[in-house]
This record gives sequence, C-alpha cells and structure tokens, in this order.
Amino acid sequence: MAFTNEQLERYSRHIILSEVGVKGQKKLMNGKVLIIGAGGLGAPCALYLAAAGVGTIGIVDADAVDLSNLQRQVIHTTADIGKAKVLSAKESMEAINPDVTVRAYREFVCAENILDLIADYDFIIDGTDNFPAKFLINDACVLAGKPFSHAGIIRFKGQLMTYVPGQGPCYRCVFGAPPPPEAVPTCKQAGVIGAMGGVIGSLQAMEAVKFLIGKGELLTGFLLTYDALNMEFRKIKLPKNPGCAVCGAHPSISAPVDYEQAGCAWK
Amino acid sequence: MQITVAGNRREVKEGLTVAELIALEKVETPEYVTVSVNDAFVQSGTFAQTVLLDGDTVEFLYFMGGGEKGRRIWLSQMNS
Repeated sequence: MAFTNEQLERYSRHIILSEVGVKGQKKLMNGKVLIIGAGGLGAPCALYLAAAGVGTIGIVDADAVDLSNLQRQVIHTTADIGKAKVLSAKESMEAINPDVTVRAYREFVCAENILDLIADYDFIIDGTDNFPAKFLINDACVLAGKPFSHAGIIRFKGQLMTYVPGQGPCYRCVFGAPPPPEAVPTCKQAGVIGAMGGVIGSLQAMEAVKFLIGKGELLTGFLLTYDALNMEFRKIKLPKNPGCAVCGAHPSISAPVDYEQAGCAWK
Repeated sequence: MQITVAGNRREVKEGLTVAELIALEKVETPEYVTVSVNDAFVQSGTFAQTVLLDGDTVEFLYFMGGGEKGRRIWLSQMNS
C-alpha cells in the first residue's frame, strides 16, 4: 500500500515522529478499532482515531442524540438532535477523514451479540456508562482474547485501564462484579464536567494508537486516575487477582453474561 | 505508625484496620470500594479483620461509570 500525496500531507505530523513513521502510519491505516458507546468518552475517542487514519472504526450505540448530550459529546451537533448517534458520529468522522471506513452499529451490546461485534477488531474501547456493559465488555474481551481500554468518568473525576490478553489484570480482577443498580452514582444523577470525556476519551484513543503502532507502555496493570479539581493524575498499580471469575486460575465464567439492571432508568 | 493512603502519608493509630481506615477517610460508597494494601487486593468482607502495619501503602479503587449507554437494559427496548 503506497501513500497518496494527500495522505502523506494529512499524516505528515505522524510520519515525522520516529515512533510512528511510514510504518506506524500504515499500521494505523490497517488497524481496526471498535468503540462501544458514542457518548462522552466515545465522541473524542472516535474523532481522534478517525483523524489519525485508523482504517476501520466500528461504533456501537442504539441511542439518538439528545440535547443534554451536547455539553460533552462533541462528535454530535445541535442539528443532529434526534438522529441516531452512530450515524451522527459516522458523519463527523467521515467529514474529518474520508480515508477511514466507519461501521455504524445501531444496537446495544448484550451477551448474544458482543462476541460477534468484537470479533473483527484489533482493539476495543469501552465508552459505556453502566456497569453491566462494562463487565460484559471485559468478559467478552478476556474470553475472545481482545485487548481493550476501560474508562469511567463522573463529576470532576475520571479513570482508565488497559487490558491486554496475557498481561496484567482485567477489570473484573479489580472490581469483582457490578454493584447493585443505583448503589453507585451515575453521571445522570451526579453530573460530569464536559471536558472530562475529552481528557479520558482522548487517553483511550492514545492507548488504541499505541497498541496499533506497537510503541510505548500501555496502561496494563495500572489504573490511571484523574482528579480535575486537584489537577492530579495518579497511576495506581493493579495486582492480578488469582481468584478472578473470568481470567483467574479457575474461572467460573465461560461465556458473556447479561446482568439485569432492574430499576435502572432507561432515560 | 505511618501509612501511605492514596499517595499521602498518614499518621494513624497502631492496629488500625482497613474498615476503620475507610471510615476515617470518609470513603464514598464504602460497601463497593476495592482496597489494595502493598499491591495486593484485600478480599471484600475481610476489611474489619485486616490490620494495617507501619509503612503499609493503601489504595482505594472506586467504581466509575460514565460515557454512554452501550448496552440495552431490557429486552423490550431492543424490539421497540
């Protein structure tokens, strides 16, 4: 695959980096990343991955754009209200970079579809807002041997970690099982500062880029936490959990599970 | 004795347990916090029995949601 002049110019700031170069840019262009959730985290992540020229980007979300999304979900515009988020996201990504192939999946992930959805991708981004989805994505990625970036944001705080098969702990190693519905505050109840999605979602994009080009140290075995009010980042070492139900010595989970969230408000 | 909690040095009483530290630090949603001491997870349900020692390093790891719904909550929504 030879670069066109336009591609050489578009990606010149990447190509000039010794860690990327022509080789790394080709890896990005051959890369396939699936973003689950086209919201606060998924929006900046999708924009940066599209701009970077990641060849194939899948985006999964069943929702439509709502006015209350626009304070942070920068991939959607006021004119997109009511439109399927995945279509609005696809349009923005293709407008930034017509080089990339965007696959829009207007659905929610669940135990029946998750393995099929992730199968074709090299790296998965968890940009979801709820714990059943986060555990579902974790388990599916562990079972299918897919690397992924987990992240969460609330109020003025955010955190992320990266799972790579065979290296470091998974999300379930750390958190065990989803908390009961409503036990832990959500963004809708507690609020979230808009730029937090920008910070943490961009860091997720950075992990995907580093994974694809094969450079640097990923956040495997660490949780990076960010407190915007104290302006403090912390990189906390995460032990592996030998008793983990999905990646431990004697796993009890052998297929993705749907956790019911009875009482969890849909909207 | 001195311990390190979330990166900060703390002077605490001898024999302090993880459960007592959680109360002392006013940890949010203490029932769902994950605790590590010296880079090993403390099994939940054993916080009251886990006694901290001088020089221990303690981290609290919190559930954090955020982002956007990526998963249908009820089957009916999928079909509607």
